[in-house]
Amino acid sequence: MLKISNLHKSYPIGDSSLHVLKGIDLSVESGEMVAIMGSSGSGKSTLLNIIGMLDEADSGDYVLDEVPIKDLTEKKAAIYRNKFLGFIFQSFNLINYKDALENVALPLYYQGLKRKERQEKGKFHLEKVGLLEWAHHLPSELSGGQKQRVAIARALASNPKLLLADEPTGALDTQTSHEIMEFIQQLNDEGKTILMVTHEEDIASMCKRIVRLKDGIIIEDAFVNQVRASEYV
Amino acid sequence: MIKFLFDRDTWQEVYDSLTKNKLRSILTMVGVWWGILLLIGLLGSAKGLENSFNRLFGNFATNSVFVWGQSTSKPFKGFQEGKRVQLSLSDAKKIEENIDGIEFVVPRNQNQSFVVRNFLSGNYGISGDYPLLDLVQKKNLVNGRFINQTDIDEKRKVAVISDDIYKQLFQKDEDAIGEFIIINGINFAVVGVFDKGNINMGPSDDIHIPFTTFQQIYNQGDRIGWVMITGKPGADIKQIEQDAKLLLKNLNRIHPDDNRAFGSFNLGKEFGKLTGFLTGMQFLTWFVGIATLIAGVFAIGNILLITVKERTKEIGVRRALGATPYEIKRQIVVEAVFITLFAGVFGIITGGWILIALDSAFGQGDEAVLVNASVSIAVVFIALIILVILGTLIGLIPAFKATSIKPIEALREE
Repeated sequence: MLKISNLHKSYPIGDSSLHVLKGIDLSVESGEMVAIMGSSGSGKSTLLNIIGMLDEADSGDYVLDEVPIKDLTEKKAAIYRNKFLGFIFQSFNLINYKDALENVALPLYYQGLKRKERQEKGKFHLEKVGLLEWAHHLPSELSGGQKQRVAIARALASNPKLLLADEPTGALDTQTSHEIMEFIQQLNDEGKTILMVTHEEDIASMCKRIVRLKDGIIIEDAFVNQVRASEYV
Repeated sequence: MIKFLFDRDTWQEVYDSLTKNKLRSILTMVGVWWGILLLIGLLGSAKGLENSFNRLFGNFATNSVFVWGQSTSKPFKGFQEGKRVQLSLSDAKKIEENIDGIEFVVPRNQNQSFVVRNFLSGNYGISGDYPLLDLVQKKNLVNGRFINQTDIDEKRKVAVISDDIYKQLFQKDEDAIGEFIIINGINFAVVGVFDKGNINMGPSDDIHIPFTTFQQIYNQGDRIGWVMITGKPGADIKQIEQDAKLLLKNLNRIHPDDNRAFGSFNLGKEFGKLTGFLTGMQFLTWFVGIATLIAGVFAIGNILLITVKERTKEIGVRRALGATPYEIKRQIVVEAVFITLFAGVFGIITGGWILIALDSAFGQGDEAVLVNASVSIAVVFIALIILVILGTLIGLIPAFKATSIKPIEALREE
């Protein structure tokens, strides 16, 4: 599904440069649910951005679904993102002047789907996250948990191979966090591959595998016994 | 691209992003709206002024010059200075025969005479004229006819009077045609009444009688008061004036450098100044209008740049969701063109209203300052095309700005 080997990334800071990723090797199989953990500055977000093709590595190989990801033009990256990836952000990143349904249907617009088809698919995914009756509400009329569920529906809309979540529960209270995690676990049960960045141990323990980063290298990579979020709800 | 322009979603996106901040969208449009309003308003007014001039001078052959005799200021060939210069019919004939570029030469005579009808009387200017006058100085006949060749040949005692004289000598609604008036003690039959209009070139014409009759009753012989020379369309009237004067000096034994022997009024020259002024005004109008338009379009570009800055994060999200840089740019350019075009069309409509208002305020009646103040469809289209081009160009700046930021940086933006 996903294979990364010897990945390096550094950012220039003034005259010197900050070496953020110092040779990452990681492979993820289809159907996995992986948490990437680490303190801030460990490089976990950078790794996720590179996997999400929002950023490019300096060296190393990255193969996603047997497609080598390198020398990307902006256009190619956009098409790959649209085809392979679904993003879930900490701050939801919904477009505030579009209602829930339009937000969910947006990736489909960039896929070039017809309006009717987009509406249908969008409704289908909204129903999946249980927010169909909120379809014509603006993000400002939704609670944090609802917003994140709309964002998840949007990430699912293009039927991506891989879901990338950057601190998906970072802006939510514990109760809502567990609800969102329960939902993400359901998606994983249905076979979606999920990669999430978090720094919360209880959230990470709800994944099936935890990868710990420190100072740009993987210090631990272990399969764990998944804690079901439903136990908390 | 064509499919894109007819796609409902394209316009939904434009609508969404414009209505997101209505006040700003409206303020953005004001610049272009104002520019095109000025352009249309000014161009229309200039056209109205031009039309009004054309109407005023429409009855005159504007490419013409009047020449009359004065007295010499230089001694020549035995004649002392101060000799009276008197033009004659043969002078007029010579001018017509010898000078290039001439269309008509119209000799004219005028005298003040006492005119009586029944118990009403007055002192009026009597002109002796050929039918030709009607060609170079169109007489607006209300009733009857102008002098014709038979009148000339038979030296008929007929008169064409102005509406002013009619009002003074006749009762209201009385038919003047066939009635007699007494000029200089001689009965003349009225054959026509003309509308004098607003503008008069040369001495005021009140009553026209046949040239030959004039010669006879005033005992004029071949002498003429002045001569009116009209040039063919495109002929240089100033040159004609010079040539004619030189010829006249030769014929009348006057020193070639004597500038006072002949008086003249070059209507062509004066009219040229007027049309030059009108052309200048039109140029100024275009200049001001286009400059204001450009300023307006720049304002749009500026505001779009701010909008793009504010939407950096949104653009980042869209790109994370799979929007290509081209799709982002296209959207912003379409927005820019739409705003300029919308504001432009609105400006053209309001400009039209202003012209309608100007027309009802200043464009009514015979003495209107502005006649048919309007702009042609061609001008409107040129303005619209300019707007589309400028809108596209100005839209490209924020468009490139929007995609120059990496999506990851755009997403980090708060």
